[in-house]
Amino acid sequence: MTAERIQAFVLSDEEKADIDAEMSHYEDPGAASVEALMAVQQRRGWVSDEALHAVAAYSGIPAAQLEGVATFYNLVFRQPVGRHVIFVCDSVSCWLCGYDDLVQSLCAKLDIDFGQTTADGRFTLLPSVCLGNCDHAPALMIDDDHHGPVQADELDRVLEGYS
Amino acid sequence: MSTTPLTERIRADRTPMTLEEYRAAGGYDGLHQALAMAPTDITALLKDANLRGRGGAGFPTGLKWSFVPMDDNTGLKYIICNADEMEPGTFKDRLLLEGDPHQMIEAMIVSGYAIQANVGYIFLRGEYKLAAQRLRTAMAEAREAGLLGRNVQGSGFDFELYLHTSAGRYICGEETALLSSLQGERAVPRAKPPFPQQVGLFGRPSVVNNVETLCNVPHIVREGVDWFRNLSHSEDGGTKLYGASGRVNNPGVYELPIGTPLREVLEEHAGGMKDGYQFKAVLPGGASTPMLTRDHLDLALDFDSVGKAGSRLGTGTLVVIDDRTSIVGLLRNLEHFFAQESCGWCTPCRDGLSWVEKILAQMQAGAGQPGDIEVLEQHVRDLGPGKAFCAHAPGAVGPLDTALRYFRDEFEQAIAAHATAGGQ
Amino acid sequence: MAIIYVDGRPIEADENTNLLQACLQAGLDLPYFCWHPALGSVGSCRQCAVTQYQDENDDQGQLVMACMTPAAEGTRITLADESSSDFRASIIEWMMTNHPHDCPVCEEGGECHLQDMTVMTGHNYRRYRFNKRTFRNQDLGPFIGHEMNRCITCYRCVRFYNDYAGGTDLAALGQRNQVYFGRHEDGPLENEFSGNLAEVCPTGVFTDKPLGERYTRKWDLRSAPSVCTHCSLGCNTSPGERYGVLKRVQNRYNGDVNGYFLCDRGRFGYDFVNSDERIRRPRMRGPDGRTDMDAGELLERMAQMAEGTSLIGIGSPRASVETNFALQQLVGEANFSTGLSAAEQRRVELAREILAEGPVATPPMRETENADAVLVLGEDVTATAPRLALSLRQSVRNAGFERAAELQVPSWRDATVRELERHHRSPLFQVVPWATRLDDTARYNLYRRPEAIARLGHAVAHAIDPDAPEPVGLSASEADHAADIAETLKQAQRPLVVSGTGAHSEAVLHAAANVARALHRCHAQPEQVGITLTLPEANSLGQALLGGEDLDTALERAAAGGHTLVVAENDLARRADGDRVRQAFRASRQVIVLDHLENETTDQASAVLPAGTFAEADGTLVNNEGRAQRFFQVFEPDPVIQESWRWLVALAWSLDAETEMLWWSQLDQVIETCSRSCPELGGIVDAAPRADHRVQGLRAAREPARYSGRTAMDAAVSVHEPGPPRDEDTPMTFTMEGYGGPGHTDPNLIATTWSPGWNSEQSVNKFQAEINGAMAGGNQGRRLIEPAGASDWYPAVPEEDGEGWRALPYHAFFGSEELSAASGPIRERVAEAWLGVAPEVLEERGLDEGTEFELRLDDVSVRLPVRALEGLAMDCVAVPVGLTDLPDHRLPADCELIGPEAN
Ligand SMILES: Cc1cc2nc3c(=O)[nH]c(=O)nc-3n(C[C@H](O)[C@H](O)[C@H](O)COP(=O)(O)O)c2cc1C
Ligand code: SF4
Ligand code: FES
Repeated sequence: MTAERIQAFVLSDEEKADIDAEMSHYEDPGAASVEALMAVQQRRGWVSDEALHAVAAYSGIPAAQLEGVATFYNLVFRQPVGRHVIFVCDSVSCWLCGYDDLVQSLCAKLDIDFGQTTADGRFTLLPSVCLGNCDHAPALMIDDDHHGPVQADELDRVLEGYS
Repeated sequence: MSTTPLTERIRADRTPMTLEEYRAAGGYDGLHQALAMAPTDITALLKDANLRGRGGAGFPTGLKWSFVPMDDNTGLKYIICNADEMEPGTFKDRLLLEGDPHQMIEAMIVSGYAIQANVGYIFLRGEYKLAAQRLRTAMAEAREAGLLGRNVQGSGFDFELYLHTSAGRYICGEETALLSSLQGERAVPRAKPPFPQQVGLFGRPSVVNNVETLCNVPHIVREGVDWFRNLSHSEDGGTKLYGASGRVNNPGVYELPIGTPLREVLEEHAGGMKDGYQFKAVLPGGASTPMLTRDHLDLALDFDSVGKAGSRLGTGTLVVIDDRTSIVGLLRNLEHFFAQESCGWCTPCRDGLSWVEKILAQMQAGAGQPGDIEVLEQHVRDLGPGKAFCAHAPGAVGPLDTALRYFRDEFEQAIAAHATAGGQ
Repeated sequence: MAIIYVDGRPIEADENTNLLQACLQAGLDLPYFCWHPALGSVGSCRQCAVTQYQDENDDQGQLVMACMTPAAEGTRITLADESSSDFRASIIEWMMTNHPHDCPVCEEGGECHLQDMTVMTGHNYRRYRFNKRTFRNQDLGPFIGHEMNRCITCYRCVRFYNDYAGGTDLAALGQRNQVYFGRHEDGPLENEFSGNLAEVCPTGVFTDKPLGERYTRKWDLRSAPSVCTHCSLGCNTSPGERYGVLKRVQNRYNGDVNGYFLCDRGRFGYDFVNSDERIRRPRMRGPDGRTDMDAGELLERMAQMAEGTSLIGIGSPRASVETNFALQQLVGEANFSTGLSAAEQRRVELAREILAEGPVATPPMRETENADAVLVLGEDVTATAPRLALSLRQSVRNAGFERAAELQVPSWRDATVRELERHHRSPLFQVVPWATRLDDTARYNLYRRPEAIARLGHAVAHAIDPDAPEPVGLSASEADHAADIAETLKQAQRPLVVSGTGAHSEAVLHAAANVARALHRCHAQPEQVGITLTLPEANSLGQALLGGEDLDTALERAAAGGHTLVVAENDLARRADGDRVRQAFRASRQVIVLDHLENETTDQASAVLPAGTFAEADGTLVNNEGRAQRFFQVFEPDPVIQESWRWLVALAWSLDAETEMLWWSQLDQVIETCSRSCPELGGIVDAAPRADHRVQGLRAAREPARYSGRTAMDAAVSVHEPGPPRDEDTPMTFTMEGYGGPGHTDPNLIATTWSPGWNSEQSVNKFQAEINGAMAGGNQGRRLIEPAGASDWYPAVPEEDGEGWRALPYHAFFGSEELSAASGPIRERVAEAWLGVAPEVLEERGLDEGTEFELRLDDVSVRLPVRALEGLAMDCVAVPVGLTDLPDHRLPADCELIGPEAN
């Protein structure tokens, strides 16, 4: 990472305020590592290398440690994602109730596999562990919204709301 | 007096009560009573009530709290709510969090007071966005009303409550990994002893309890020990949020006396199997609980009874397996989950589970090989309690162990299929 | 001591340790990975599983991790039962599921802990039929190679690098069976102790990169017990050679000094031995320039030239005691100079006086880890005495250990103790000229100019003991700091004062000595008080003990004309103004220089003799503790290269000198004469055994028993097998025909450790009297100095700072030390010359780092880019020693700094 690229990235005041607030919640401010990254991700969709460095510089948490948590937790994205992220629950209750069919249709419809983003940048498709929506299996989550049960033939209707 | 204390204030559409509504429904009465009590008396109350942890292990809550050093004033103590709920098949805490956030907050204040913790955290899994939003709103109301912050309700007791939204990973729910995670580290479990009550968050005395466990506390304070014990059909006090998912007619969460028989939950509350599906087996309390079969339908769902039957009550949310489901496929799904969610700290879990998953994947594809069952059995042995570092790996092999015992023929067929097809 | 039962056999165990350590201590073989003697237990690898029984009647038993289970009285375990040995085999089998089968091309092969443990558990048949995972490797800089596919995820690397050494740029990344140990991006590892990863890592993930680039297996390396020459601490090393090339330096355990770890300067600084700048032939400067010459002829010519001149000898603090003593013998005591500038000589002599005549003893380096309160006065320890900084970093853990003990948590339960350390840290205070790499360990850091550092030190001493001289006119806040530090040190059970010559300030040393004296006077157990002083070079203290006039005086005498100057292993340009050196050289009839590398001094010499480096010679060095330690020749260089003392004997012959040294043919004679004629160095005879010593009737071997190809190595040059080189000077052989295994009674002669089944450096546990403790037979070296308690307070408290700019010496971790700066891998890490200024200086003027400033020191000036040095006083400039053209020996000095004004 070159110094210029790092310097070119500036955290917004809101991001800084969020990071400050989270850091004030712990006796060791370094405990807010994940929240600090999420403050950036919330606004930019993902955490770029530049963002990681910027958060490190701002928070005083070493970049290596930030990368250690960023690569540990599922919800921190270190690669760009589409405008909307679809999480499909792949855990047992959903699997019992038609997960395979749902995924097949979804992949066919979007023409992508897990871990990929549609050509138009609209959706990124990711698997998720149990979404806690087992009584509505098979379940999925798009951005912040839970959906379920979602049968293959209802996909169009569900996806419609996300442009 | 209510028989469904935890859920009675939850509306059908789950829109939560405002602070005012909650108070009108008797909310924060428990807190008032608690603040008038000696903290240790609350812990004693829980012991008498025989409240056992609802997060999966069933550890007696009063006993757990009694290990907190009450004379240690050299720094902060912490009360932490485990709202990580990521065990596949489990969705009970979500109901409490979304449906009655003030109950959660009240529970945190009372529990914090009981162990004299001045700071509380609700460790919430990241995907529970709605719960986060509702908790935030309720916390703001509570702070406004002087229920949180300095000098709670003029009691002289200070209590700060923070919501920590996690960024995902099942292991965060393991109570010591949760502490690492709250400290902004990788969620790697810690060795015990010392227990968190002595050396917990930031090295300070801390108590971690499940959402449902904690939510019981203000009710016990308010209604008393006898009421609580009478709610139950077993030695364990209180109700239990049972749940059911899979091919049943009424999947959902049901608050019932703890010790309600499996058959009753399954048939009366979950509405029995869907048309065209037969009951085959059940994971009684989430993905990490060993299977029960038709033979166990009359089992009372309390911690000890389920334990005696070779399984665990776990979270009490049934994952119902129907006759059209392949056990090998099911196990492959489960072990995929456990292998993915291994934190990577200890060798057996990190490298053993991915081997198990790979074998099951080949078996599922009809490409099992002679000797595979023995390798699986070896993993069941070598990933057991005390062998892996934490309870994740033992949890992972519990269902595998029972599957190999109850449905061995399905595994044998997965190998035979390959052999007949010319594999070796 | 407790008795534990292992497979029915009673074993004595220290109840403060765990079962793994107890088993290893008892000589049993129990495999492990995540445990390390210096890092303690975390129980992650699960390799050390054993079956534990409740009592005699328990025949079930329960699997426990030996490393996580205390060695409590009466504990009963078995290692032999099927269930635990099967489980241990499973662990290796799991690790092997992803481990590549690349042992033939792996740098770790032959000294691999993973290989050892695999054989130990008996896992040898592969059942796993799936693909292995693969990783991308990183470029971690010139020191450490990276091959992540070999990782078995024991977490030792990050536990050492981050937790133990305070590094921040290495982390465990990823999760499940995709854990990756690396940096957040490619780039050199920043921590000063990164080289230890090559030893801490039990497989070939982190390897010694320079070794890898000219690779030789451990069993094909010839090694000798050696001592690091790149600072004054004297860490014990094991350099390895093949084909005349020095290929690596590894740690050599010394329970008193360096324990298990070295710094990167020490580990990678050796490569100057292989440098193109090496002087490999005797040469003379004649009318037609330089000519290489046969040694005999050269000596003859020098003798002719010397006729009618008197001799002046200039020694060196980087040369051995023997070399300096030989020079002193040759030229006579009155004509011998230590080779230290007058100012440096005063500081080093002062340090000697404080240690030898003061009341307070200097603890061995490892003991500084036990200090429960530390005051660092004026010294940037990581820069001048790196390994000591690592020990001081451990000292702050003591409060955590104490808290753990209260909670009945054993000290080896690493993860738990580290949690407790968040709130329980032993105090360490730094009063230093700028922010240092130890700052994160300190309770607080006070950044001051050297005079103010000394004044604060005196104030602390006075606050401890009112009899100590009092600084006048101290500000109230400064008095508060002093009172706080004084109170904390007073309350400590094992307080330690750390200072040194790094600031080039006698006043700072005075203050440190007074603090130590004050503590000593008021402490209930005065012998628990310690003082550690860091010195400029590997044998600085040896020079102070030997004595001699300073360099300035010697140069002045030489300038009078008509002398033969003999300079041993000293680049005078680093210690005196160039003009004065040139003047002295020009006035002299001839200047004979013995050294390893070309430098300004050899450039001007009339004759140059190729002197053997530490790897090509034997000798004794006296470290900052006053410990005399012997380094042994590793290999026979080109026969023209000789130990300096041998050159000096030859010179004595050709000069027809009348001295006893004419009869010296063995090192022991030099040592014995020296010991006799210089009582302060009397103990050096005991630093290592004499040449006639034998280990079980044998000499000690430099080559491992498996050394291969000895008779074929030179076949390309000559088919006549040369006889093995003989070693006249030491009880070692250059070959494998000697004693090598464990059971050595003399730790000074152990080149490398090896024991059946233990090919890695972890085999050291077979050579220790106690794991983590002393070597069997006691630790290496011999202390020469104990405090006599004769001296008094140092009365001179410096005045408040004057006005105006001051240039201060800054010791760069890489580049300031002379010899390591000529090592290839280190050179890649040496920064371009720069000047340090306070960040505020740049802020005020709106300038960026990198802007060029001019620094004027009397008659010299340089223009260099500046760096912001956190904490540096606004009117000070830091000058990195050895990196600029400024005369470092004059620092600190008044100066002028001229830079762009605000824009
Ligand atoms: C791998 C693993 C995951 C767990 N996840 C959760 C969880 O999501 N929620 C929870 O309450 N307990 C979870 N637990 C149990 C906790 O470790 C702990 O026992 C519980 O939070 C204690 O609270 P309780 O006594 O109130 O049940 C998990 C345990 C393990 C081993
Ligand atoms: S069993 Fe081991 S690897 Fe698995 S989650 Fe627990 S500590 Fe991590
Ligand atoms: S050495 Fe004991 S668990 Fe790793």
